[in-house]
Amino acid sequence: MSRRQPYDGIVVTTPVSVPYVRFSTKGAHWWIGRALATLVEDSGLTKEQFDGVCATSMSLHPDTAVGIVQHHGLSPRWLDHIPMGGVSGIVAMRRAARAVQSGDANIVACIAGDTNHIDSFRQGLENFSQFGKDAVYPLGTGGPNASFAFLTDYYMREYGATRKDFGKICVAQRDNALAYPHALFKAPLTLDEYMSARPIADPIHLFDCVMPCAGAEAYLVMREEQSVDLGLKFARILGTIERHNAFADDPIQYRGGWAVDREDLYGMADLTPGDIDFFETYDDYPVINMLQFEDLGFCDKGEGPDFVRRHTMTTDGSFPINTSGGQLSVGQAGASGGFLGIVEAIRQVTGQALGNPVPDAEIGLVGGFGMISYDRGVCSAAAILAAGR
Amino acid sequence: MASPLRRSKRKNPVIRTRVPQLPPMARSRIFLGLTSAAARGVFELQVCRECGAIQYPPREACHVCLSDGLDWKEQSGAGQLVAHTMLRHAMENYFRERLPWRLGIVKLDVSDDLRNPHPAPSLIVHLHGDCPEPPAPVRVFAMLDRSGQAILVALPEKDTPHMTDDLQMREMTCDPKFRKSLVTDGKSPVGQAVVKELIKAGSDLVWVGEAAPWKKIPGWDEIKALQDVTVVDLDVTNPDSVRRCAAQIGQKVDILINTAEQHRAYRIDGRHGTENARAEMEINYLGLLRLAQEFGPVMRSRAADTEINAVAWVNILSIYALSNNPNQSTFSASKAAAHSLAQGIRASMQQAGVRVINIFPGPLDVEWNQELRPPKVSPNALAREIVKALRGGAEDVYPGDIAKDWYKRWREDPKVLERELAFAD
Repeated sequence: MSRRQPYDGIVVTTPVSVPYVRFSTKGAHWWIGRALATLVEDSGLTKEQFDGVCATSMSLHPDTAVGIVQHHGLSPRWLDHIPMGGVSGIVAMRRAARAVQSGDANIVACIAGDTNHIDSFRQGLENFSQFGKDAVYPLGTGGPNASFAFLTDYYMREYGATRKDFGKICVAQRDNALAYPHALFKAPLTLDEYMSARPIADPIHLFDCVMPCAGAEAYLVMREEQSVDLGLKFARILGTIERHNAFADDPIQYRGGWAVDREDLYGMADLTPGDIDFFETYDDYPVINMLQFEDLGFCDKGEGPDFVRRHTMTTDGSFPINTSGGQLSVGQAGASGGFLGIVEAIRQVTGQALGNPVPDAEIGLVGGFGMISYDRGVCSAAAILAAGR
Repeated sequence: MASPLRRSKRKNPVIRTRVPQLPPMARSRIFLGLTSAAARGVFELQVCRECGAIQYPPREACHVCLSDGLDWKEQSGAGQLVAHTMLRHAMENYFRERLPWRLGIVKLDVSDDLRNPHPAPSLIVHLHGDCPEPPAPVRVFAMLDRSGQAILVALPEKDTPHMTDDLQMREMTCDPKFRKSLVTDGKSPVGQAVVKELIKAGSDLVWVGEAAPWKKIPGWDEIKALQDVTVVDLDVTNPDSVRRCAAQIGQKVDILINTAEQHRAYRIDGRHGTENARAEMEINYLGLLRLAQEFGPVMRSRAADTEINAVAWVNILSIYALSNNPNQSTFSASKAAAHSLAQGIRASMQQAGVRVINIFPGPLDVEWNQELRPPKVSPNALAREIVKALRGGAEDVYPGDIAKDWYKRWREDPKVLERELAFAD
């Protein structure tokens, strides 16, 4: 039994995605502006009614959420900036939910938006963190590729995963992406193509890596009765967790913070992994999917490869994951990558999927993982959303 | 196993010379402690004074107990390779031009320190090609890369044949093998020893400077007769001579070792007037400046020219450059000037990735140190230290017991050393 206060009466609505592009000549403020405008349009609210704002972006420098409200003419009474990359979507939601619950804000607009110029990705890597700048970037790593190559290499060696197992994940996600209109990858991916892709950092090959791009994602957090009044479909928040710098003494990352807190997550939701209808994993590399399967209780540590072999992961499969294609097929629009799963989960449980719906999707799990600093991802988070009715 | 390096063919002169690119140089200030130790060939990490936890990457506070008492301490470097990768894609040009590139992640052993209950950090390292697949024991070293910053390198637990020929290793070192060297004065005992040692180390060709052809010096005929030696006119006190020499061979010199030195052992009042001091400055300081002006630019331009490229500039300074030895006062002053200039040369050569190695020997066993009691560094020992430095990853070398002792005292407190030297007989 969880001792945490439930998010009763607090809902998430209005899933927004601003279609991604590989490179953009626009600034991050443009992408955030489009997300805000779409939130206004889809919700029927005015921007003045957003009295809470929670924003994230990796290409906004030197601005923060403060710059956003001035730039876009907002005047919220509650403002938060979540510079946490891949967990920002979940962390934003759980903070916004508490703000609304306590009455500090009525309607919180949660927004992630990032641009991508030609050299943005490299510049982002160069200046990602002090540890990265001191102890990884100078080794020629080209960003998280090498860090994930290490942990994929270790995971394969230790638990017997093969490239084909990772390939199966990537191929299933691509199948899902083919129905999702905003995915940057529009051609099917075969396992042969996956296997014969060019190596990037052994054992990571091209289709194990996400493509950096520009895009934005957003949603609103409000009270259930407001959502009903506005006629907005909504999802309930059954449980959330976040954890940072877990298992720091592990010589290499083979588990994430989810393993610390998963009892809390399911306890709060009063559910078990068996109740989950679909899972939006954080998928910046497929090995992280396997870590989430294990650490969020779908199988034991080391059984990830076998779990993948036993299941089909398309929207109509036995274990649907990343139903819009995930970052691997949609693209990684900076911090929007941390919002992609939650926005898609809202759509799935509210019957608004832009691509293929998961049949009878009632309960969705979302994973977040972020901020690859030095040798590992520092942040992890998860949330369970349910159809609101 | 690393395959032995093969002598590359003569470069087609029509082909464009590759412009030097450097690995990323930016680091936090706290990280520079690692660079400082690597510069003298030592692998140090921060260790918490309160709880003994080892830190990496470098920190401002202990990640276990939050103490800010973090002391840089030498590490054995023994560790276990946990995972590895071969980079086949890179964002930075330096690495793009050198792919594939092997990296590893190593868990340090700390079993030798029973006082420290905290797990050792994991280190991301440049991984030598001869290290076996993980899990495997390896040795971690801190070396300077071409940007002049410290980088961690893991080598196999035991030396393997041709391991210095590994192309990643060659990027961290300035190995004389197959490279062409210039020894600016080949007539002095040190110059002669350096020439022989370079040839022994596989230097392809050694140009040996001769300033005064009429001087009969023991051993000189033997040096001249060596197959790989070419004598060149080079008088560092003469601007024209330096310019001519640079025009003649500058675009081929991969390693320059400045052995030209004026050394007299006088106290301030041991000689009337400034003639001797002027001669010392003329050779030890201005001579170095002339060499830097003529050879510096051309060596920088060739810093990435195939695998056989311009890599190193070696200055033979003196431990007296750090603190004046009153018994050799003007000599000390000229070496202090040379040291200061060498720092400037280093900053300039660094832009292209050419390493400036400063050698700070204690008293050498040569005629002008006749009255000094041992220990003194023999020219042969000094030459061996120079080659060792070229094959390593450091930039400051203190050969001999006296140099090491003085350096330690100087680091502890330069003022105390100054007093100790003033009161010494």
